[in-house]
Amino acid sequence: MTKTLDQMRPGEAGVVTKVVGSGPVKRRIVDMGLVTGSRVYIQKYAPLGDPMEIKLKNFNLSLRKSEAALIEVQIG
Amino acid sequence: MATKALTVALAGNPNSGKTTIFNNITGSRQHVGNYPGVTVEKREGFRRFQGKDLLVVDLPGTYSLTAQALDELVARNVIINEKPDVVVNILDASNLERNLYLAVQLLELERPAVLALNMTDVAEKMGLTINDQVLAKKLGAPVVRTVGNRNQGTDGLLETVLDTSSQSQYHPFSLDYGPEIETKIQKISEGLSTLAEICYPVRWLAIKLLENDQDANHAVSQFPGGAQVLMVVEEARTELSATYGEDLELVIAERRYCFVGEVYREIVVAQRDLFQTTSDRIDRILTNRLLGLPIFFGIMWLLFNMVFTIGHYPQDWIQHGAKWLGDWAGQHMGEGDLKSLVVDGIIGGVGTVVSFLPQILLLFLGIALLEDTGYMARAAFVMDRVMRAVGLHGKAFIPLLLGFGCNIPAIMGARTLESPRDRMVTILVAPLMSCSARLPIYTLLTAAFFSERYAGSVMFSIYLLGIFLAVVMALVFRKFLFPGATEPFAMEMPQYHVPTLRSIFTHMWERSALYLKKAGTIILAVSILVWFFVSYPSDVPYSQDFNQMKATAETTFTSQVTEKVLVPLHLEAVEDSPELQALIAQINEIKSNEEKAGVNTSKDASVISDKEAVNKVDTNSVSEAGIADEDEAPDNPQLAELQQANPILYSYAMTYWGLDDERKDEVEKLDKERAAEKLANSYAGRFGHFIEPVVKPLGFDWKMGVGLFAGFTAKEVFVSTMGTVYSVGQVDEDTKVLQDVLTSDPAFTPLIAYTLMVFTLIYTPCLAAVAVIRRETNSWKWALFSVGYSVVLAWVVSFGVYRMGLFLGY
Repeated sequence: MTKTLDQMRPGEAGVVTKVVGSGPVKRRIVDMGLVTGSRVYIQKYAPLGDPMEIKLKNFNLSLRKSEAALIEVQIG
Repeated sequence: MATKALTVALAGNPNSGKTTIFNNITGSRQHVGNYPGVTVEKREGFRRFQGKDLLVVDLPGTYSLTAQALDELVARNVIINEKPDVVVNILDASNLERNLYLAVQLLELERPAVLALNMTDVAEKMGLTINDQVLAKKLGAPVVRTVGNRNQGTDGLLETVLDTSSQSQYHPFSLDYGPEIETKIQKISEGLSTLAEICYPVRWLAIKLLENDQDANHAVSQFPGGAQVLMVVEEARTELSATYGEDLELVIAERRYCFVGEVYREIVVAQRDLFQTTSDRIDRILTNRLLGLPIFFGIMWLLFNMVFTIGHYPQDWIQHGAKWLGDWAGQHMGEGDLKSLVVDGIIGGVGTVVSFLPQILLLFLGIALLEDTGYMARAAFVMDRVMRAVGLHGKAFIPLLLGFGCNIPAIMGARTLESPRDRMVTILVAPLMSCSARLPIYTLLTAAFFSERYAGSVMFSIYLLGIFLAVVMALVFRKFLFPGATEPFAMEMPQYHVPTLRSIFTHMWERSALYLKKAGTIILAVSILVWFFVSYPSDVPYSQDFNQMKATAETTFTSQVTEKVLVPLHLEAVEDSPELQALIAQINEIKSNEEKAGVNTSKDASVISDKEAVNKVDTNSVSEAGIADEDEAPDNPQLAELQQANPILYSYAMTYWGLDDERKDEVEKLDKERAAEKLANSYAGRFGHFIEPVVKPLGFDWKMGVGLFAGFTAKEVFVSTMGTVYSVGQVDEDTKVLQDVLTSDPAFTPLIAYTLMVFTLIYTPCLAAVAVIRRETNSWKWALFSVGYSVVLAWVVSFGVYRMGLFLGY
């Protein structure tokens, strides 16, 4: 099953299948390591609901839901 | 033989410990500035190692080397243009994969490199085993292990740097992007080689062009023949994007991560599944959905309290010290302009600035603690939702919050924002956070014009107005002055760690020293200027001959004393009777203690002296006059004691004291009136009159104009200036006298007072803040803009408030 990153709940994990979008936002996402094949784990959402915190490649990354929506993940 | 200094550039991810290692290498021999024309910090240092001179440059921490982030562009340009002899890449061993992504990009810039594997202690604790040799082989650069926090490995690193620099052979690293892309790289490289004068590494440039790098495109287009190459690039990009089915830029980035991932898996053995770290466990509470916000506000509250409650004491000491110094200097200087300049202008002005230093130090200490432990990222995480609505990054919250204490740390705090646009907006908007220096003004005006019931709400409304305007102006600036695509938020949440004492104090001291230096020099200069405007011209035509009147007061005193005290006692002068003199001195002391405690004493004395005079003139009998009258019985038990002990002399001593007191009051009153007139006729006063037409629509008169003008140096100066203008003398905001004078001034109504508060809220940051804006933005343009826009905004909003108030019938 494929979801976008912002649709995933804390505790869920998966592998990135695609990154859409363009411009500095996408570049930044990619530079931080969110590329096809990267394994991700949803850590939590912020108290006000946004941004969200995920784990990948041995570190924690927080990103806004609008940014997370650009990332397609295969759950599992 | 003189050897040229070796340039060593330090590059690496943020939070990789790069700056700690930089400090380890250079110690105190470093210099911080800005890269020309941009808001990017430039940090350079010097070290002599094994007979060689090293010039070390600490490049901005970056995650990548694209042209889309200013810091990244600056970092890569330094390497391309200055061609450092060695590039040292600091890698966070606990986070190696992402760090290697930058490493390969650095290596592609084709400068001799050394890889520093830092934070190996943390990696060990996480159960990671790293194979240095394979890493060195794969990347073609020597690997050195370091633990920056404990200054371990620094010498080994420097040795390796020297070794690397002395090697004649350099084998550039190259990453295999796959056959399709490699063919294109080859083709474009050939094209580029034909261009004359190219200072970029060719392969690197070819790859950048394929990535559609804006800066590279621009550079190549400037070369003769460059346009052809760009066409070839365009073709290649279209072809490859079609082959891969997505943006070529993304493909290249993925290929890098793929390579890096392979290397990582070869060199790292993970001992255990390291999913939830200690930091995660801590964050379970600190960024908890329910507890996160309260905890954050709690920490902010602690910070503010620490700063203002503790900082208040040293501030008082410094203020007393400055006053003492002023008094001492005053005593040793002759009357005149130089004395006034030194005492009022220099010591007064600079004293105010320095008195803020303790609080500034504490604020920066608090910030350094929050940053170095890693909590700042959590604060940004929690508050981003709110900041996003204003068009800013979550990281902007704390700098702006700090503005309520003092605008200066707020403006300097904007440095933590990665986007230069965010930095600018934050810097421009920070002064709208009502700083604590404005509080005395609000206190004064609120106490004078609003009943206690409303005082709190009135002040609160001013603070709210500030926040509201900040939001509006942030949106306006974002849209019109710094337009552009939304800045990415994606932010690393570094592991928590216990900061070293040294790094905290270094951070704290660095920024405080800045405040002292920049603010100090400019404030000194302008304090003198304002002093000049307020003191000259000094030859003013007074409405009354004050000197004459003071002289009259003196003679009246002398004749009265003779009549009421000396004659009845058959004395020539007070000194002829040591007992009388002593008694007067004692009464003086008791009375002045009373006055300090706040009791009004001058009245009883004159009543007694009149009564006494009536009694004594008629009788020549000393004994009769000595009998104490019931209504003269002094309230103060100490005085009663004195009276008991010296029944005869007591009443005469009291009479003397009463007359002396009257004389002093009269002289003081005349002095104040004269000071007020002098101020009114000074350049500042004339300026106040001159701008009166401009401030009249706001309901202000020339006196307020002068106050506002003086308040430019430091907001609280407004209060002391008002004191002088209204001839009340030395005042602070609690002085009831000034409050009463203002209330009774017909030019002042509650509405005008409120408008004045609004104006003070908005108009121009204080001088020190302007100096800091200049420093942080590296330009006078923005410093002056911030003064200009805020004065205009202040006028417009005050006008609105005043007219609306009149319309509503206040």
